[in-house]
Amino acid sequence: MNMGTRPIPEMLRALHASAAGLGRPIAFMEVCGTHTTSAFRCGLHSVMPENVRLISGPGCPVCVTAQADIDELIDLGSRGEVTLCTYGDMLRVPGKRGSLEKARGDGASIEVVYSSLDAVRLAQSHPHRQVVFAAVGFETTAPATAAAVCAAQKLGLDNFTVLASHKLILPAMRALLSATDRPKINGFLCPGHVSVIIGSDAYRCIVEEFNTPCVIGGFEPGLLLSSLLCLTEMVAAGRVGLVNQYPQAVRPHGNPHAQALLQEVFEPGDARWRGMGLIPMSGLFLRQRYERFNAARRFSLQPVDDREPPGCICGRVISGLALPPECKLFGRACTPVQPIGPCMVSSEGTCAAWFKYGPQRASANGVARLQQLQEVRS
Amino acid sequence: MCLAVPAKLMTHNGLEGVVDLHGTHLPVNTMLTPDAQPGDWLLIHAGFAIEKLDPQQAGETWALLRDLAQAATKSPAPSGTGAATPAPPTQGDRR
Repeated sequence: MNMGTRPIPEMLRALHASAAGLGRPIAFMEVCGTHTTSAFRCGLHSVMPENVRLISGPGCPVCVTAQADIDELIDLGSRGEVTLCTYGDMLRVPGKRGSLEKARGDGASIEVVYSSLDAVRLAQSHPHRQVVFAAVGFETTAPATAAAVCAAQKLGLDNFTVLASHKLILPAMRALLSATDRPKINGFLCPGHVSVIIGSDAYRCIVEEFNTPCVIGGFEPGLLLSSLLCLTEMVAAGRVGLVNQYPQAVRPHGNPHAQALLQEVFEPGDARWRGMGLIPMSGLFLRQRYERFNAARRFSLQPVDDREPPGCICGRVISGLALPPECKLFGRACTPVQPIGPCMVSSEGTCAAWFKYGPQRASANGVARLQQLQEVRS
Repeated sequence: MCLAVPAKLMTHNGLEGVVDLHGTHLPVNTMLTPDAQPGDWLLIHAGFAIEKLDPQQAGETWALLRDLAQAATKSPAPSGTGAATPAPPTQGDRR
């Protein structure tokens, strides 16, 4: 494993040496909420060279979900005949009329599930309730939804549906690099667990079409640092390549069983993203043969306006165009206790990470953390 | 995004199995890793095993996480510093 081969202090020295030779500022983007929080948690930002920045991209599934989709979900969850099943991190995301948590407080039947199959079991044991599974997430999570749909089909359930707003990461990365108003990105730190499903080779299109280095990284501090070092060294050497720094979990072609399941149940289509608008072929939608499990169709949901909360700049934050402290609401009207935008709600959100580990605190913590790591490794 | 944690498969019956995660036994579906056998290290996400891990590498990760947890216990981190070990699974928040 990479982290076993180079001690952290040595990697840090190499990172600073490589960055010093650049003589210009560069920025890498992580497109994974777990990378965002891991980097803040271990204080990585505070020990990075001044001219190397790590910015957050559209990697948190809760954060990229369009406001209209969240409003749709809350509306559906508030219906008397529906039991809505959701993963825990969607519960507190605010919509136009409260959140799922508030709806539950008002008496709506909303269940937090650990697995999509729990929702199927609930439908099986409550045949007189309409059970809807809130299917949010990237390629890592989508196979679980596909498995639930297949299980419901096999069981012949007619009271189970999914409200799917699954997203695909590669179209979002392409959209970011193609946009007129776009952040400066010298390389991507690619999401580890999405890559488990889609495989490392999937990023070749980004490397080749956009001349942008990609490194697939793990989540522990050593692996994160190793990935950033790899990206910086590539930029310093003028090389553009694809490197898999998380080979213990990510294969070149990904997980074929998960891909087959996704292919069986879903088809790609245009999807709306928070702050990024409609991105072509960036969402997963139920195929016609599984249309009877489509909650939007069963409950005749009408399209709703897609407007972010007034003053909220989550859309710009997840596009790498703004940092959380640039938002007038950040830390004042919008806090983890009373969030306004999804980036402050989700444990993987950029605003939540900034609020919790912000620059001042991250600096002290980062040094202490890396000293600890150094002790552990010596 | 997409938190996933390594865990060891304890028992296995068809597509249903039980994994050991930090001493907690959890049900897991293995339809995405059909060749998984008891004793294998698996990457678990939202109740599904999404990949088999190389045993040596999984063991190294496990050992590092344990060392970090012990270091954090011996030398209390400043306020606001999170632990490096993955949190034990709770309902939800598994994306």
